[in-house]
Amino acid sequence: MSDWHKKSVAELSNALHQGDVTSEQLTQHFLSRIEKYDNNLKCFIEVCPEVALSQAAKADEAFKNGSASVLTGIPFAHKDIFCTDGVRTTAGSKMLENFVPPYDATVTQRLFQAGMVMLGKANMDEFAMGSSTEHSYFGACRNPFDTDFVPGGSSGGSSAAVAAGLAPIATGSDTGGSIRQPASYCHLVGIKPTYGQVSRYGMIAFASSLDQGGVLAQTVQDAALMLEAMVGPDPMDSTTHNATGNPAYSATLEQGASRYKIAVPKTFIDAMDQEGQAEFHRVLQLLEKHGHQIDFVELNIANIVIPTYYVIAPAEASSNLARYDGVRYGYRSPQAQSVEEIYVKSRSEAFGYEVKRRILMGTYVLSSGYYEAFYHQATRIRAILRARFAEIFKNYDFVATPTALSSAFKLNALDHDPIAMYFSDLCTVSVNLANLPAISLPLMQHKGLPLGFQLIAPHFEETRLFQFSYQIEKMAPWSHILSPIKSSQ
Amino acid sequence: MKYEPVIGLEVHIQLNTESKLFSGTRAKFGGAPNSYASYIDLAFPGTLPVLNEEAVRQALMFGLAINAKIHPFSIFARKNYFYPDLPKSYQISQANYPIVGEGVLEYEIDGQIKEALIVRAHLEEDAGKSLHDLIPQKTALDFNRAGCPLLEIVTAPIFHDAKETVAFLKMLHRLVTHLNICDGNMQEGSFRVDVNISLRPSGEQKLGTRCEIKNVNSFRFVEKAIAYEIERQASLLDHGLPVLQQTRLFHEATGQTIALRDKENAHDYRYFHCPDLVPLQVSQELLNEIRQQLPPLPKEVIAQLQEKYELSSAEALFFFEQPSVMQFFEKSCSELQTARPKAVANILLSEIMGYCRKEDKSFDSLGLIPRDLALMAERLADKTLSSKTAKQLLALLLDGATDVDALIEKHDLRQLQDTGFLQKIVAEVVQEFPNQFQEYRSGKDKLLGFFVGQIMKRTGGKASPEQIPELLQSYK
Repeated sequence: MSDWHKKSVAELSNALHQGDVTSEQLTQHFLSRIEKYDNNLKCFIEVCPEVALSQAAKADEAFKNGSASVLTGIPFAHKDIFCTDGVRTTAGSKMLENFVPPYDATVTQRLFQAGMVMLGKANMDEFAMGSSTEHSYFGACRNPFDTDFVPGGSSGGSSAAVAAGLAPIATGSDTGGSIRQPASYCHLVGIKPTYGQVSRYGMIAFASSLDQGGVLAQTVQDAALMLEAMVGPDPMDSTTHNATGNPAYSATLEQGASRYKIAVPKTFIDAMDQEGQAEFHRVLQLLEKHGHQIDFVELNIANIVIPTYYVIAPAEASSNLARYDGVRYGYRSPQAQSVEEIYVKSRSEAFGYEVKRRILMGTYVLSSGYYEAFYHQATRIRAILRARFAEIFKNYDFVATPTALSSAFKLNALDHDPIAMYFSDLCTVSVNLANLPAISLPLMQHKGLPLGFQLIAPHFEETRLFQFSYQIEKMAPWSHILSPIKSSQ
Repeated sequence: MKYEPVIGLEVHIQLNTESKLFSGTRAKFGGAPNSYASYIDLAFPGTLPVLNEEAVRQALMFGLAINAKIHPFSIFARKNYFYPDLPKSYQISQANYPIVGEGVLEYEIDGQIKEALIVRAHLEEDAGKSLHDLIPQKTALDFNRAGCPLLEIVTAPIFHDAKETVAFLKMLHRLVTHLNICDGNMQEGSFRVDVNISLRPSGEQKLGTRCEIKNVNSFRFVEKAIAYEIERQASLLDHGLPVLQQTRLFHEATGQTIALRDKENAHDYRYFHCPDLVPLQVSQELLNEIRQQLPPLPKEVIAQLQEKYELSSAEALFFFEQPSVMQFFEKSCSELQTARPKAVANILLSEIMGYCRKEDKSFDSLGLIPRDLALMAERLADKTLSSKTAKQLLALLLDGATDVDALIEKHDLRQLQDTGFLQKIVAEVVQEFPNQFQEYRSGKDKLLGFFVGQIMKRTGGKASPEQIPELLQSYK
């Protein structure tokens, strides 16, 4: 029985290029594991063996005629927020339960062009709204380290799939932490690049000024390999940036500096429990030991980031989700008898509670009489936040925080406390609000489960982020820790 | 008048671009339903808007042509509301930061030049079309128009009657077609007018409650809608009833405006900056480039006309506003060796356009020939025609006849200039009215008209009036 699922993408790529295995064999390997384990985990909303095997065959052709590149033939899980031509794309919602896009998202196109093989569409919180993947219409996803616990969200299906060895790598999207937090809960590397790096065309919108596509991977190198295939300006997305050219993150991993200056805001550490704080300090000490400078700074934002985020994101979401009205595509209530009923019944029947909650919040904060006090105020705070980070980055190379205050919580634990759920994003949302790049590294343990360590860099400094992360991975290799499912062959 | 109407306009012009404002789909009128609606136009999941540069250029052309302030930064905002023909359930428009700021458009009315203050102009996308009568008990949706680029032009509330409102609108229409940023086809919805109208007691400064009459698509309807609204609002006010702030539609069949259901009046659009688009930057370089590419602006064309043909500014403005008349005029002036522009202009503007207005005919439908008018002016100048016989000739031309010299012969329109013959007539008249003649000779100049009239009677209107005073004076 082969253990391809314990290998990184880099290792698989070598194996493919050396002819030790074909893409078809690899794909079959992962497809059988999905068949075996996914019923219990629910990492996938849609598994597409036909598409995968046909892509694998194409990849194997490329190996034969020498046109293969580093990602050719590598299987991946694709978060179901990215449109895939001919393959159902649901965004985790009943609203799009039967929606088959006639176009690919730009991210999809680029990964397919790189020769990757799509195993299936990964489970997610409905319309990316959530931190646990419990809000998926298709059923909750479970954490492979302990299936009583959540894998995080909204990219929970992606993180669980990689952690369980059902895919070697996965795409995700991150609006307030939806790549980094699941990566943290599932012992993975999760990277959210600078806003504007990855095209949002075809990525179903939640909060347009915060959303960003990214990667959940086993190693820093893997994350670099996949992210570099995704980034770059796109004429179909006006918010993509064209200043950074074609960065080859994977080529410069070894070129980091020997001494980085790292700012650590006390605000988040103080909110952790003793075990968490001890773990975090342990990592800081490790970094210091290797010659890096750690300074504790004041960044008293803990009390404002969550409200600010939960005003801006729902506001944009309320507008972005208004198009789901049962008129042109998606769910239309069979009971609807009038235009008004098409709207009201379709949306009432096809949106889950969390989505409805956020649409209500968003509509409220934008409405006349409240716009100034809520939405406009939040945008001002956002500008201040950006300025605060910019101030810090004048003197520091990175900001370091825990990715979350604690490890994964149990399924259904926060069912009746949506606000507590929101606060699990405390350490991650400020990054999206400031449009910065950040990575979560699987360096800590908390209550017997994984907990991530987050590094935040200035705008467009992904290269530096990868370089330092790569160094840290060498300092404290984590790949030996496997989820029970991954280690059970 | 007891009440003073106060009128402001919002005109939506469909820009003359190849593609829609935020997608590459073809933006022309017509086509089978939903054949020009891409996934972006239909707001499919994950689709995003990308701004059409040509639309920006056309908006800037308009701004430059009215000498407006051009904002170096402008922002696209989402106007959120639910309606089946609005695919995203929001319209991308511009709210607080439009691309074009204040400017002025000159227009002509009754020989006077007036300045209309345009408050702003901004870019926004059009919605699709709802067809309620196509399928029984259903509404059909055609998204061909969804996403087409519009420029919304807003005036200050500076008009006080239908006449000036329409005069302005015609000039605006002329400008945008002259700039080639709009095809001006009102039937097809390329130029739509929203009329905001309120009444206030004459002399009062404070504005009354206004009603908005939406989507009026002909100048005639604008006039009628304004007339009806004035009457309706005046009647309410006369009875001490309040005018409700409403959105209304003009019904051509009844000539009335009807209020939309109140529900549709209360909209909170929850405007906010569209996060899918970056702020629009307009550089000085771009403006200079566009300025170079502008056709001669109305002011220049009008000044040139004035200079070349010695026209008054109002006359020149009128010609600018009516390109086919202008073309005719210029051709006329080039027909003969000696051009008589002032005379031709005069005939065109006072006689012929007056005729068109009275008979409700278009100038083009008259089928006049430039050479004919040129000759008519010439024959007036060389006194072959008297002003009276000239009128007779014009009547023939307007009836479809042509060839001035032939017509003069055929209908005996020559002015009588034969002095000997005239002397005989003068003698006859003097002998018939000796008393009046005495009075005239002793200083009662008013009687000249009487004698001219008598002489004209005897000559069938063909006497040349200039000779008469001298002949009367020299009669013995």
